[in-house]
Amino acid sequence: MSPKSKRVLMMGNEAIAHGLLENGCSVATSYPGTPASEILASVAAVRKKHSLPMHCQWAVNEKVAFEIAYAAAISGLRAAVSMKQVGLNVASDPLMSAAYMGTPGGFVVISADDPGPHSSQTEQDSRMMAVMAKIPVLDPDSPRQAKEMVTRAYTLSETFRVPVMLRPTTRVCHSRQDIVPGSIPTKTAVPDFQKDPTRWAATPKFRFQLHWELENKLAEIAEYKPTEPLRHNPEAPGNRCVIASGVAAAHTAEVLKSLDLWDRFPFYQVLQPFPLHTGFIAHLLQTYTEILVIEETTGIIETQLADRDRVKGKLNRTVPRVGELLPERIETLLAQFAGVDKKKRSLPAAAGRRPTLCAGCPHRASFFAIKKAARRGIFTSDIGCYTLGLNLKAVDTVLCMGASISQAAGFYHAYKGEEKLPNIVATIGDSTFFHAGIPALIDAVNQNVRFVLVILDNSTTAMTGSQPTPATGKGACGEDLVRVPIEDLVKGCGVQRCEVYDPYRLPEFTAALKDALAYCRDKGPAVVIARHPCVIDLARMGALTREVEVQVEDSCDGCGFCLQQFECPALVMDPQSEQVEIDPLVCTGCGVCLKVCPNDAIVAKEPDAGK
Amino acid sequence: MTRRKAQQIVISGIGGQGVLFVTRLLAEAAIAKELPVFTSETHGMAQRGGTVVSHLKIGQFSSPLIRPAEADGLLVLKAENMAQHVGFLKDGGWAVVNETTSADADDRYPTMRIDADALARKIRNPKAVNLILLGFALAPGHGQTDEHGLLFCTYEDVLAALQKVTAGRRQLRKASLTALETGYRR
Repeated sequence: MSPKSKRVLMMGNEAIAHGLLENGCSVATSYPGTPASEILASVAAVRKKHSLPMHCQWAVNEKVAFEIAYAAAISGLRAAVSMKQVGLNVASDPLMSAAYMGTPGGFVVISADDPGPHSSQTEQDSRMMAVMAKIPVLDPDSPRQAKEMVTRAYTLSETFRVPVMLRPTTRVCHSRQDIVPGSIPTKTAVPDFQKDPTRWAATPKFRFQLHWELENKLAEIAEYKPTEPLRHNPEAPGNRCVIASGVAAAHTAEVLKSLDLWDRFPFYQVLQPFPLHTGFIAHLLQTYTEILVIEETTGIIETQLADRDRVKGKLNRTVPRVGELLPERIETLLAQFAGVDKKKRSLPAAAGRRPTLCAGCPHRASFFAIKKAARRGIFTSDIGCYTLGLNLKAVDTVLCMGASISQAAGFYHAYKGEEKLPNIVATIGDSTFFHAGIPALIDAVNQNVRFVLVILDNSTTAMTGSQPTPATGKGACGEDLVRVPIEDLVKGCGVQRCEVYDPYRLPEFTAALKDALAYCRDKGPAVVIARHPCVIDLARMGALTREVEVQVEDSCDGCGFCLQQFECPALVMDPQSEQVEIDPLVCTGCGVCLKVCPNDAIVAKEPDAGK
Repeated sequence: MTRRKAQQIVISGIGGQGVLFVTRLLAEAAIAKELPVFTSETHGMAQRGGTVVSHLKIGQFSSPLIRPAEADGLLVLKAENMAQHVGFLKDGGWAVVNETTSADADDRYPTMRIDADALARKIRNPKAVNLILLGFALAPGHGQTDEHGLLFCTYEDVLAALQKVTAGRRQLRKASLTALETGYRR
């Protein structure tokens, strides 16, 4: 065993990144998304620290990220692409084909799921995508195992020339554990692309053959020793067993021990939920009369056990189908399965405090102006911090990346025959615009959709931890790249009217929106770029300047307008005085609220006041 | 001085208060003491001012999460979270809470209170609430026996972790040390 002093604290995503680099990954790509973002960020940090000759990059979206990494794998290099589960939806097109074509170089597709969900639109199970694509998937239970599984994934991928999915969940990605890092090779492999058009550019006839080939691979992978399920307690007797995978297996192990059930029920951990090992399936069905399957979030293991009478899981609703399998839920399940008395324990279902835009966030100013300029409008929005415009009632719809623009078009087409056409304003962040907004904008221009698009440009991908966008001209390791300005793209999409404003200048910005709304009714789509850097980035750079010291005057009548319509965390109602006051710990001094109070009670402090 | 080799602590606050930083410091302190450590953190949208909770498990555990009624201690950076997270505490567990009054008190558990917001204002560092509270939790005399402070580690252990985590960032280090000391010496 390695000496304890070599252990370092690693987040699951860092552990995965270390696993990639320790295994000689030559090309790593990603698009940020919680809970996966820190994987590529950690690859970039280690690459920079050791000056590794590998390529790592944030791509414009997951599909592009996938295709870049896959081509490297086709060249015989080890490659990886990482994303969150809904990102895999975007990359599903290349995934399905890459499964058929296979890969000479090891190719690991990391798709991080978010049971809960904590920070996602859906609780979808990426393992289901692996089933659909017909590729093997590994399901780690901890940061330590996630790192080990990267090694197994590369070996598996190269043995069968197939892309392999690694499916961590939030509780693996965002856990930290003491881990011994391995050594990182500083030399990378040499690319060697072997032309083979019947594979790399296969027509349907050859695709049929490739599909056969893939099925044969899967049959062999279902007998592959290194990824076989683990039997954790070989001494435990009985004809009823417990099966678990991923972090649910980690919870199950702990709960079995604390309920004194460890020696009573055979407990298996599945490492490769698909394809489930054929020998394991046969063993289970020969040995046990009752099989409890605990997995997140869909019953993937369960559905491969072809005896519905003996399997207890999600299909017969023993195991909840919705939500995270927290250890207390597993405790209840196991207590019921064992017939032991255990009081059900859970925390109160308190909602907690809802998230809100930061004090000084430029998006707040943008939303306030949009509400003012387009009263009773339809507000389509998108994925990012600015989804929190919901709280301000300036966001009516959030579907998926880029949909703000296409949904705005859809609303226009739905309403265009009506006598009164509502104002339609779409909001989209800079990174999301690059990711999926551009095709939708071309379509809106082409169809002459009468709407205003506000691109909320804070020069970063804020929600996921401030990753660069193509407009910043910076790479994952801080290196200089070629800038792609948003204005040029908007004009290139065919938009005739595109203006840039700072939303901090609230009256000017509101007037610009009104003009744009009037313009779009006559002429077609108008774009307003609301440009102001993210306050988190500014604070981190030490560049956050206080424009004004804000105070609330005694004329505040406690109407609550600023709290409801502006919702800045620095504005708080004092329950005693029933007046609003400024929390100086939170206020950034942006001064936007000076223009918000209907009674003009929020004012700038005189420079010498208080001295 | 002998200290606990296993402990489960929940750290609760809101996005922006530095719950993750406290978690990280304690986890690093555990590593330095050669204790096994496992944490689970809240990332993503909740970090924008929403409820944030970290689980910290010192000792041999396979799950990163603490079950209700299993935690030894609770560090609460925002008093309003008490109602939501007090259920994590086991019988005999303790809470260290950032609050001015005892309005949110739960008298089933020994509760240590500090007005960390006021102290943060006093040292003119709005971001210091987390470390003031941690420093306070590490201070002696919280009604425990002499051998055992509240936490598995000492003030000195956390100081060492802070030195490590803030390496190369002098300003952050200085501000962090001041904050930790302010809570400890209160």
